Amino acid sequence: MEFNPNSTFLYLVAAFVILFVLAQSVFFLVRAWRRGKQLGLSTAKLRKTVIATAVFTIAPALSFLVGVITLAKFLGIPLPWIRLSVIGAITYELPAATSTANALGISLSELITDPKVYSAIAWVMTLGIMPSIILTPILMKKIQGGVVKLKSKDSKWGDIFMTSLFLGMISAFLGMVFADIRSGPAGLIPIFVLLASALTMAVCGLLIKKCNMKWLETYAMTISMVVGMVCAAVITPLIG
Amino acid sequence: MSDYMKKTDRYGKFWIWTAAFVIAMVPIAVCLYYNAWPSASAVLKGLLGVAPIFWTVGAIEVITYTPMLGTGGTYLAFVTGNLTSLKAPAALTAMENAQVKQGTEEGEVISTIAIATSSIVTTLVLAVGVFVLALISPVLNHPTLKPAFDNILPALFGGLGVVYVSKNWKLSIAPLVFMVILFVAVPSLASSVGVLVPVGILVALGAGRVMYKKGWV
Repeated sequence: MEFNPNSTFLYLVAAFVILFVLAQSVFFLVRAWRRGKQLGLSTAKLRKTVIATAVFTIAPALSFLVGVITLAKFLGIPLPWIRLSVIGAITYELPAATSTANALGISLSELITDPKVYSAIAWVMTLGIMPSIILTPILMKKIQGGVVKLKSKDSKWGDIFMTSLFLGMISAFLGMVFADIRSGPAGLIPIFVLLASALTMAVCGLLIKKCNMKWLETYAMTISMVVGMVCAAVITPLIG
Repeated sequence: MSDYMKKTDRYGKFWIWTAAFVIAMVPIAVCLYYNAWPSASAVLKGLLGVAPIFWTVGAIEVITYTPMLGTGGTYLAFVTGNLTSLKAPAALTAMENAQVKQGTEEGEVISTIAIATSSIVTTLVLAVGVFVLALISPVLNHPTLKPAFDNILPALFGGLGVVYVSKNWKLSIAPLVFMVILFVAVPSLASSVGVLVPVGILVALGAGRVMYKKGWV
């Protein structure tokens, strides 16, 4: 069978995997929605969550599409399409492909035509990501049990504990933005982007509170993110 | 634990094990259909370049994100991926807007709805995008847009940071100062930021515990 990384067979495999993920997402969405209603959450609140998240997702999803384009240059479209729709992230897939290509001594500058190279890359991508999938069901009960225990023992500390988790994660990513600060003007770009996004969010927060613009709540995160991205596109040619 | 939570765990386990099987079937299908099994040494050598760091980050992510995303959200997010760049911020923002807390069932519901919606939209954007790739590829790959996509993390965490830091500024000071100093001192750590998330959490927890005991928070 002649191999082609853009073959109909591979597209069919991709379509199957993607339908599976869609089914899982719809299943959990419907269940959570029903439970939300039972718990007394209003339809308006649930609908707002869906709309706000959907709008918020578009810009990052487009960046994943850029990831598909990057990988498609040597892997064809179906495999990157699968990987970035399911479990993957470009920060993982690209190093996985590069590492395998280096091990095999081949270049990733053109479309792969050797099925063995292709399947080796597919295996490395798959095996590299498996622990997070397998560990989730194994560790779930322990972790969630711990959270419940913590909350019931001392609910105030439980709240501080949860907030600290979020803040720890956010701090790590905010701190990362300053990593290139000493590497010259270009290193300042992410900091300006961060500030632009933060400032926009602060303005949105004021408008929501002081001017009672409740509707803005739904889009404030998206607006801040897009302003940050536009800021990056504008200042990079000036600074970089 | 409510009946809903028990069932969420059971369904979640079923879906995630099925997902593991489906995902593993991709390389197996390629090998069988094209009769192209790679040599074990090629796969091992390739894996050696990424597995030490990605397996570590994977394990850390499960432990740190599970309490944040809740049971249903975690089962879904670990199958659909892009945790830090999308799913976790989406869930956090949704819970903040809906004024519900993680660890409660309301928080669980909102987090699950946000992660499911985000997964569906991502899948649809990618599916549509793939079919019109020839059309949109020049636009998305345009040099003007490159910095915008390269800076998606600061653009995302800037806004998210303001929301969380302004609400919990006392708890934020220690982890923020620690992380900024750490990254300025050792810039190369940026590539392994996933490993540093639990470090940030430990700093936040340590400082939080002290402030709690002293009655500052």
